[in-house]
Amino acid sequence: MITSKQISSAVSGLCIDANLKLRPDVVKALKDSLRKETSLKSRNLLSILLENCAIAKSEKIPLCQDTGMTVVFAEVGQDARIQGDLTTAINKGVATGYKEGFLRKSIVADPLLRKNTGTNTPAMIYYDIVPGKKLKLTVLPKGFGSENKSKLYMLNPTAGYDAVVNSILKAIKEAGPDACPPYVVGVGIGGDAAKACYLAKKALTKPVTFLSDKAHFRKLAKELLAKGNKLNIGPLGAGGKTTLLGVNILSMATHIAGLPVAVNISCHSLRSAHKNLQSS
Amino acid sequence: MKTIQLPIDEKTIKTLKAGEMALLSGKLITGRDQAHLRFAGAIKKGKKLPVNIKGQTIYYVGPTPAKAGEVIGSCGPTTSRRMDAFSPLLIKKGLTTMIGKGGRSKETIAAIKKHKGIYFMTLGGAGAYLSKRVISAKVIAYPELGPEAVFELEVRDFPVITAIDSKGKNIF
Repeated sequence: MITSKQISSAVSGLCIDANLKLRPDVVKALKDSLRKETSLKSRNLLSILLENCAIAKSEKIPLCQDTGMTVVFAEVGQDARIQGDLTTAINKGVATGYKEGFLRKSIVADPLLRKNTGTNTPAMIYYDIVPGKKLKLTVLPKGFGSENKSKLYMLNPTAGYDAVVNSILKAIKEAGPDACPPYVVGVGIGGDAAKACYLAKKALTKPVTFLSDKAHFRKLAKELLAKGNKLNIGPLGAGGKTTLLGVNILSMATHIAGLPVAVNISCHSLRSAHKNLQSS
Repeated sequence: MKTIQLPIDEKTIKTLKAGEMALLSGKLITGRDQAHLRFAGAIKKGKKLPVNIKGQTIYYVGPTPAKAGEVIGSCGPTTSRRMDAFSPLLIKKGLTTMIGKGGRSKETIAAIKKHKGIYFMTLGGAGAYLSKRVISAKVIAYPELGPEAVFELEVRDFPVITAIDSKGKNIF
């Protein structure tokens, strides 16, 4: 049995951890880009971003003031036994984590009336039913400066490889200096409109060196990295070689009439944390 | 690197060139989407603003809550472009200095040029680092907006890059 208390406590810890400790793969990518960057100003900015990570971790100050809309990917083992309401338990964990971690509450209850809920809930929860007895919880606090740069392109099925590359590059150019580059670009290709967007976001939970799980999409991701880093957007828009830290692509089947391409951009402060709970 | 006292006088504004880095010290106010919406609404209705914006510096930020014994939480800039719907009006009414991140609209750039204002970018996503440069913080308007309330901050050696100078020259 996995209890509500276990779930809430796990989620609360993940919210705090993700917001204070930058993922090791992202820190490594920042350090690697600092080694490669030749613009003095951009090197200086990348060094400060790394210093920011150190201060956040040691002094327990959130990496960024936008501690995000809390996105939760819940992989629920179909043989797991869960006590109580899972969604309620996750939201309770988010509320506790944001209160105890001194994280910003950035959620309004209604998109037009815009009254803050004061708890950073509701979380955006995506459930997946998977084999087994585990419950895997991944928390991705998503800042909205970068979320606002999300794109969905419903391309023609005959548009082909180049059109996919150009669409994704267009999304990166449109984000420009606004959404805290260097970026990690999550891409979802295929499915329907909703699934493509889901995959683009889920791709951000993979390590920044992931590229893709399929050879032809790894090639695509590498090409995007090379071309994206020539856009001269640079760290925080100051120019230079460092525009992208990573491009991750997830793909799936699609319809004969379409080629959906979704782009979900993350700022350099790509934050996520996960935990497995086991049904005893 | 130049060190600048806030509020910035007209003469100093004119010396700053796009791309130039500087360290700011002194008092400024904060404001983001909802504060801008309210400021613009009040101006259009001919009502008095709750804060003086003439010659003022505004920083686009919604900080995380301060822990006990701390001045402020994480406090990096939010995306400036969302304020572009309101900035030309505020500049016309005397606002001189803006701090945020990313690019601005043609209209905002034109207003900066016309009224000899300045737009600085600071370090997006470095909210923990920047919190160390804030020495006092208090809410001075719209407390009901929570993280979007207008604060008065006093900063010391707050790092910025001149992104749009008073001649309208733009680094992006």
